[in-house]
Amino acid sequence: MALVTAAAARAVASPHTTGWEIVRRNYTVYKSSWLVFLTGFLEPVLYLFSIGIGVGRLVTGFEFNGQVVSYAAFVAPGMLAASAMNGAILDSTFGIFFKLRYDKVYEGVLATPMRTIDIARGELAWSLMRSAVYSAGFLVVMAAMGLVSSWWALLAWPATWLIGFAFAGAGMALTTFMKSWQDFEYIQLAIVPMFLFSATFFPITAFGGVLRWVVEATPLYRGVTLTRELTTGAVTVDSLVSVVYLVAMGLVGLTVASRRFDRLLLS
Amino acid sequence: MAILDAVPDWGMVARQRLYWTTVYKRTWKGSVVTSFVMPLLYVLAMGVLLGGFVKTGANLEGAPTYLAFVAPGLVAAQAMQTATGETTWPVMGSLKWHRTYYAMVATPLAVADVVAAQLVFVMFRLATVTGVFLLVMAPFGVFESVPGTLLAWPVLVLVGLSFSGVFFAYSATIRSESGFAIIYRLLVIPLFLFSGAFFPISNLSAPLEWLARLTPLWHGVDLTRMLVLGDVRPGLALVHLAYLVVLSLVGWWLAVWRLDKRMEV
Repeated sequence: MALVTAAAARAVASPHTTGWEIVRRNYTVYKSSWLVFLTGFLEPVLYLFSIGIGVGRLVTGFEFNGQVVSYAAFVAPGMLAASAMNGAILDSTFGIFFKLRYDKVYEGVLATPMRTIDIARGELAWSLMRSAVYSAGFLVVMAAMGLVSSWWALLAWPATWLIGFAFAGAGMALTTFMKSWQDFEYIQLAIVPMFLFSATFFPITAFGGVLRWVVEATPLYRGVTLTRELTTGAVTVDSLVSVVYLVAMGLVGLTVASRRFDRLLLS
Repeated sequence: MAILDAVPDWGMVARQRLYWTTVYKRTWKGSVVTSFVMPLLYVLAMGVLLGGFVKTGANLEGAPTYLAFVAPGLVAAQAMQTATGETTWPVMGSLKWHRTYYAMVATPLAVADVVAAQLVFVMFRLATVTGVFLLVMAPFGVFESVPGTLLAWPVLVLVGLSFSGVFFAYSATIRSESGFAIIYRLLVIPLFLFSGAFFPISNLSAPLEWLARLTPLWHGVDLTRMLVLGDVRPGLALVHLAYLVVLSLVGWWLAVWRLDKRMEV
């Protein structure tokens, strides 16, 4: 009998929590607003039709890594990467801020055997799954429109996970420092310029000198370049730079977020 | 509700000035970035940088450069976005979270007065936002006609107003804020992208082109573009103007009607 109670006590003391519970919780919450979920898929597709095709008729094709691609085929991977970023940022900033400061969801979660790292991991996993559904849909649209020219494009799907991971990690870490909704202006101030200038709508050659160097160092540019290399089949060893960059960014974000959760929720 | 029930008592509208100036004093800082920096970024990215890759001889509806083409489109779209922002969350907030409207109509103010004061405030916001946008773009040399650009300013306020009433009515009707995400994605973004702001609507397929012609934003974009380029076709301009005025009035009436219904209980 003593053996049984000891085992039970140990099971409580070191539970196998992974963060999966957070994913299930979010799924339950989102189930009721499925239309919001569904329409989230539309935004990048509309941008692709408008800018890629509508404006594309006014623009000449671009040369990318030595091959000429149509404007729509050029913009499409940009939209793919940008929507992975937007989805990850939306979930990891507004969503988490609300749960942290208003809903007090995590205080409830921590009253269970779950730890702060489980929260960070669970939220990250959820936002990755959500954006993975969107980007899979977008890639199918791209393929159907003939905007994909290589089998490497299959790898563009996991590439969007990396983009989501990087931005969700960073967004979550930054959110833990936010004091009020007004602070989110700063996030917009970082996101919108990246969306517009990271070689999403026009090639990097539009910039010269230091400016080009700055753009090349932004995370969205790395994401856009990576997905564009994959969908056009212009993959080189240099593509790995983008991969390493995005993974590192996500890992740093995740670690910082988890530490900050410790300070905000456990002290 | 009779048509004339939507007409406010302007004396009562004026009495709400203190409330709306206080609201503005407390919130204007948050709107500086969105109303000044964002338009500038869009003009730089789409107009200047992407514009540099536009083919010579592309059909730009008479605009000399892509920048000159896209600038009036962007400012008209900005009017729509400002109107949307001012008549969605704030309306729901005043009904559901702060319950300001209930406090207001507990005084001698009528629903029509409350709606009128808020729409006047929205017009003021539209005037500042589009005024700043026009000033920001002026140094780019995209305005061919100075009097036309000055005339475009009140037109832009009208463009915004034509959306304000309708969105106000919608916000006073729905119960949950998830309705905003849906209307934003199914209405505002498609309008922004396909109403001739970024490319001539003749680039669309024929049925879509006709659909675009029916949207208020296209009328706003086309009228603004004619004015700033100094290339006004009077007949078409009058059609645009009439469309926007009628929609503004209908929307205004709808807003009073829906808010009145909502607050009856």
